[in-house]
Amino acid sequence: MRASFIVHEIGIGLRRNLIMTLAMVITTAVSLGFLGTAVLFNQQVSVMKDFWYDKVEVSVFLCGDDSEGASCAAGEVTQDQRESIRADLDSMPEVERIYYESKQKAYSRFKEQFKNSAIVDNVTADQMPESFRVKLVDPEQFPIIASAFIGRAGVDEVQDQKALLEKFFKVLKWVQWFAFGLAMLMVVVSVILIVNTIRVAAFSRRRETGIMKLVGASSFSIQLPFLLEGAIAGFLGAALATGAFVLIKSVLVDQILEPNFPITRFITWSDVWLSSAIVFVIGVALAAIASFLTLMKYLRV
Amino acid sequence: MIRLQNVTKLYPTQTRPALKDVTVEIGKGEFVFLVGQSGSGKSTFLRLVLKEERATSGQVFVAGKDLARLSSWKVPALRRQVGTVFQDFRLLNNKTVTENVAFALEVIGRPRTQIAKVVPEVLDLVGLKGKENRRPDELSGGEQQRVAIARAFVNRPMILIADEPTGNLDPQTSVGIMRLLDRINRTGTTVVMATHDDDIVDQMRKRVIELEAGRVVRDQSRGVYGYSH
Repeated sequence: MRASFIVHEIGIGLRRNLIMTLAMVITTAVSLGFLGTAVLFNQQVSVMKDFWYDKVEVSVFLCGDDSEGASCAAGEVTQDQRESIRADLDSMPEVERIYYESKQKAYSRFKEQFKNSAIVDNVTADQMPESFRVKLVDPEQFPIIASAFIGRAGVDEVQDQKALLEKFFKVLKWVQWFAFGLAMLMVVVSVILIVNTIRVAAFSRRRETGIMKLVGASSFSIQLPFLLEGAIAGFLGAALATGAFVLIKSVLVDQILEPNFPITRFITWSDVWLSSAIVFVIGVALAAIASFLTLMKYLRV
Repeated sequence: MIRLQNVTKLYPTQTRPALKDVTVEIGKGEFVFLVGQSGSGKSTFLRLVLKEERATSGQVFVAGKDLARLSSWKVPALRRQVGTVFQDFRLLNNKTVTENVAFALEVIGRPRTQIAKVVPEVLDLVGLKGKENRRPDELSGGEQQRVAIARAFVNRPMILIADEPTGNLDPQTSVGIMRLLDRINRTGTTVVMATHDDDIVDQMRKRVIELEAGRVVRDQSRGVYGYSH
């Protein structure tokens, strides 16, 4: 069939069924919006993970005067112990770099953190623990460091900041799954609506399709206009959903979240285009598949 | 052109076969009336030729092809060689006469220049010159049937199947339609027409195949309608 003829027939079909078409486009937009937002959320979580995991350190606290751990029974860490711990950390392939935080440095950092609080006045530099701040090549490798240094003479305690983050990300994981589940449910709803709309369209045009069969049009050319109607609805739905993603990025992320939460990084435009591409592919494919399955049943030669 | 060999057709929900051991051969360029009471199997005969139904047993050949062995994607090619006309015209009321006829060519992908050339020719042939831009509901029954015939014939099929084409028309209009079908038959097109119209059959003196309860009870060249109803 000629393209202009197909376009003409699709126009007739969409207009005749305007309200259902509208419902189909809106439902598709909403469900794809959910899906894409879930993708964006997923991207955001992974951006945060990258950003924070990159910053986390393992702290190897050294024994002070008042440390109570068994490895600190001998009292404050000695110069020899300190140097051998540093040398051992340096020689481990898992360690990217280390830096030493003296009591004095720990104290000034503490003062900076709690500068508005009276607690600073009750603390002296001598009470602060000295430590090695260790940056790992791969933050997952904490257990290796832990087993090498926990209990060693002169080491009070080994702390992994990542453990704290992990609890947070575990909660986020549940939120992610919930969002995806909801999105999938919406996608199912829109597929059902597309199936029904195409079925109504096929019924209301049974005269045309009956004639097409009689004069020897191929199944494909009979089904194509319906298929494309579904695909156009999927396309429009994806376009509306993309509009929503652009709003989320330019208003919610860029103007509200980013200025107020400098502690983390946020999704970039390339993440937005990625989820837009995903919803376009899924939207058009779902609509086309749904219409094709419907037509297999109702428009056979 | 059409050959049925020991064809029996049993619909799943019925116990009595619609056609029973029917053997008929219709040659190229013949004009055949298919007569018989309602339920005698005329429509089933036509549906088998169009491959809208499959024979339960026996073979159906149309234009040299065994329909039982014809894969479904080749059915459209078969139907392009078989034009069809019905009692209820089956026109599209939202399209003009020209568009209705052109539709048949558009949906099988004919180029626009060819459509622009042959549609006026066939409308002239069926006597609808000057009514090209009317819509079906602005035409008389006879004129609507002429549009349907034009649509069936515009692709120059080898066979034209007409299922009670004069069933909704008055006798005078029917005569006009029969003249048209006769003219189409003279171009070499095989015409198979199922009908109840005894006057027409008696006037035309063409081959008559009579069905009764699914069996061929008469096959007569230059026949008459032959029974009262």
